[in-house]
Amino acid sequence: MELSGGHIIVQCLKDEGVEFVFGYPGGSVLHIYDAIFHQDEVKHILVRHEQGATHSADAYARATGKPGVVLVTSGPGATNAVTGIATAYMDSIPMVIISGQVPSPVIGSDAFQEVDTVGITRPCVKHNFLVKDVNDLAETIKKAFYLATTGRPGPVLVDVPKDITDPNIKVPYKYPKKIHMRSYNPVVVGHKGQIKRAVEVLLAAQRPVIYSGGGVILGEGHKELIELTQMLGYPITNTLMGLGAYPATDKQFIGMLGMHGTYEANMAMHESDVILAVGARFDDRVTGKLAEFCPYAKIIHIDVDPSSISKTVRVDIPIVGEVKPVLEHMIEHIKESKLKPSKPALEAWWQLIQSWRDVNCLEYDRGSLFIKPQFVIEQLYEVTKGDAYVTSDVGQHQMYAAQYYKFDKPRRWINSGGLGTMGFGLPAAIGVKLAFPDSDVACVTGEASIQMCIQELSTALQYNTPVKIINLNNRYMGMVRQWQEFSYQSRYSQSYMDTIPEFVKLAEAYGHVGIRVEKPADVRPALQEAFALKDRTVFLDFITDRTENVYPMIEAGKGHHDMKLRVAPGTPMGRELS
Amino acid sequence: MRHIISILIENESGALSRVAGLFSARGYNIESLTVAPTEDASLSRLTLVTRGNDEVIEQITKQLNKLVDVVRLIDLADAPHIERELMLVKIKTPLETREEVKRMVDIFRGKIVDATATSFVVEMTGQPSKLDAFIHGFDESSIIEVVRSGPTGISRGEKGLHL
Ligand SMILES: Cc1cc2nc3c(=O)[nH]c(=O)nc-3n(C[C@H](O)[C@H](O)[C@H](O)COP(=O)(O)OP(=O)(O)OC[C@H]3O[C@@H](n4cnc5c(N)ncnc54)[C@H](O)[C@@H]3O)c2cc1C
Ligand SMILES: Cc1ncc(C[n+]2csc(CCOP(=O)(O)OP(=O)(O)O)c2C)c(N)n1
Ligand SMILES: [Mg+2]
Repeated sequence: MELSGGHIIVQCLKDEGVEFVFGYPGGSVLHIYDAIFHQDEVKHILVRHEQGATHSADAYARATGKPGVVLVTSGPGATNAVTGIATAYMDSIPMVIISGQVPSPVIGSDAFQEVDTVGITRPCVKHNFLVKDVNDLAETIKKAFYLATTGRPGPVLVDVPKDITDPNIKVPYKYPKKIHMRSYNPVVVGHKGQIKRAVEVLLAAQRPVIYSGGGVILGEGHKELIELTQMLGYPITNTLMGLGAYPATDKQFIGMLGMHGTYEANMAMHESDVILAVGARFDDRVTGKLAEFCPYAKIIHIDVDPSSISKTVRVDIPIVGEVKPVLEHMIEHIKESKLKPSKPALEAWWQLIQSWRDVNCLEYDRGSLFIKPQFVIEQLYEVTKGDAYVTSDVGQHQMYAAQYYKFDKPRRWINSGGLGTMGFGLPAAIGVKLAFPDSDVACVTGEASIQMCIQELSTALQYNTPVKIINLNNRYMGMVRQWQEFSYQSRYSQSYMDTIPEFVKLAEAYGHVGIRVEKPADVRPALQEAFALKDRTVFLDFITDRTENVYPMIEAGKGHHDMKLRVAPGTPMGRELS
Repeated sequence: MRHIISILIENESGALSRVAGLFSARGYNIESLTVAPTEDASLSRLTLVTRGNDEVIEQITKQLNKLVDVVRLIDLADAPHIERELMLVKIKTPLETREEVKRMVDIFRGKIVDATATSFVVEMTGQPSKLDAFIHGFDESSIIEVVRSGPTGISRGEKGLHL
């Protein structure tokens, strides 16, 4: 079969089993768009801004486990995509981005819409390519998918100069079934000796904690994680990225850890003597002050990326490998081992944890006349029966969603953790809804974040992706305001806008339903109404308590045991500390 | 501590900037870097000298290994090795100092590879410290220019860095 470059790209996507391409046309990719026009197997989703394309593709990948695909033009198309590429990179999301480039002969001449896309994206991709010969195109695309989806996943960009897709130049097409790259051999199975050592340490623990992260979801290791945790009877905490890998409603789950983690999770980390870290990267939001991080613990760390191990925290037993096979091996070893976890030690440990749980760190003022953001999330959880896909933007609302929506399944909680990209939520919800049209999809957002990719409301109409937007409208950049309250004596520099749009009208202008909710009693009915409107995108504008803060909080430079709580343990609700 | 990291890398355009970019992006210091194709034209060999404590060096080698274009690498400082650097120096040689300069070049086993009535170009290879010592043997004003390749190296014994 002889094909031109444009058709080769489309054919590669078909052969790769790609369902959706999120993109936006322009001069350098017109040949490719013409090839797209001639088929309907690969569906193209026309976004309203290239950032939206990257977030939609990224969220599609997070929800399905399949790589997201993006197509953008050269110059501004590529630069608009950079935020989304970096977002995917920081959270290790498999994504393939095809960008147009000016024709090869004029590269380097400051041609119209030329930017050095390979150079600009280099620090925020797993790898990138500039295609120099149409004969290499199919193999390069295969490599891109292979790199994006294996080892530690990540975005891979293929920059394609316009002459490579020239419809008049046809070459034989063959999509490689397999690819081998001598310079790239990610480790899959963990070192046997290390696994054995780890199991010995784990079984001898007196105060163990399992700390698991996004790697468990990325590596589909949740079943093994659940089995291991339950056979040991140990407490487990998840990072923001790991939520859902272990069911939040299970009694062994002690909540999220880190800056806005639960009192019990952070205290347990601080007091533990053995930590099993699984697919988590000891991020600074998790560790707090490094010098005070888990002072008594031996640390076991499973990660597919050696550079994640001992990067910020020195690890005692490193295991390089994929979570799934490594956990399988550990489970086998535990079953065979004569050692058993010490019952009395574990009982005493759980008692201590219970005393921390009794602090009830997530309790809030339920008698408030204002809508509490926590209440909205709790109601969202109930109305959707805990089974929705929840995407989020960045800010306080993100933390409330993480704390109060109890995720029992992996891939249900979709947020930008590493880069913290405002604007992620809405396009993400669209990407998820395309993947799972029959599931409830909610986008938890704030009045500032939602405006960063609001234009995608138009995409939602075109492709009929009826998502529910849960806008926790506190008339502030709440997260910024909170930091200013704590660290800058409430000097609220530029953290509010006094010209917030009327979201109901805005939603209507885009062809959707808008509902404004001002009273606590109206929260549940409004949510029920919105989710009953199965085929409409609904913008729920909840006017929430503007003074509410996210607790607990470990302030920058503090250790896990040094948490700011909403109320001091034992004091009546409503009196804030400090 | 000073480390010499020797890397086999795909001979692709942009491969070098991936290495250089990694160092600047992550704030690692890079003292010198040399690169050239190997006997296998599809591979380049890159030698870089960097400094850092054990943790930093561990991260540097892990991050380098993570680059898709990097095929293999070793830290030469881990085992006995040979280190060499090439230097070319242009020295002012008025009549009264010509013999003195020649003697210095002989002592350091250098070679005079160009001579005019008023200058020599001296070629010298060796440990960087030897090259330093040679330079320090001259008055600053008599040195017109110095070009150094940056160190490159190879491990001792039968084992080597290859595919
Ligand atoms: C406003 C805000 C507040 C935040 N507060 C918190 C907080 O309180 N608590 C918190 O936890 N986070 C918080 N975060 C998120 C934080 O910034 C990090 O994104 C997050 O902690 C990282 O999660 P992780 O360690 O699970 O790593 P991820 O980024 O999910 O990385 C996954 C790790 O697993 C590895 N891996 C990938 N695939 C596999 C596989 N198949 N097998 C084995 N290993 C694999 C990767 O190499 C990597 O090391 C916050 C973010 C924002 C924006
Ligand atoms: C693109 C981008 N710019 C700036 C920030 C810094 N930032 C983090 S949270 C936040 C405020 C978010 O406000 P809002 O969306 O209203 O959420 P709230 O915190 O009020 O719930 C800002 C500005 C960011 N994360 N992303
Ligand atoms: Mg807000």
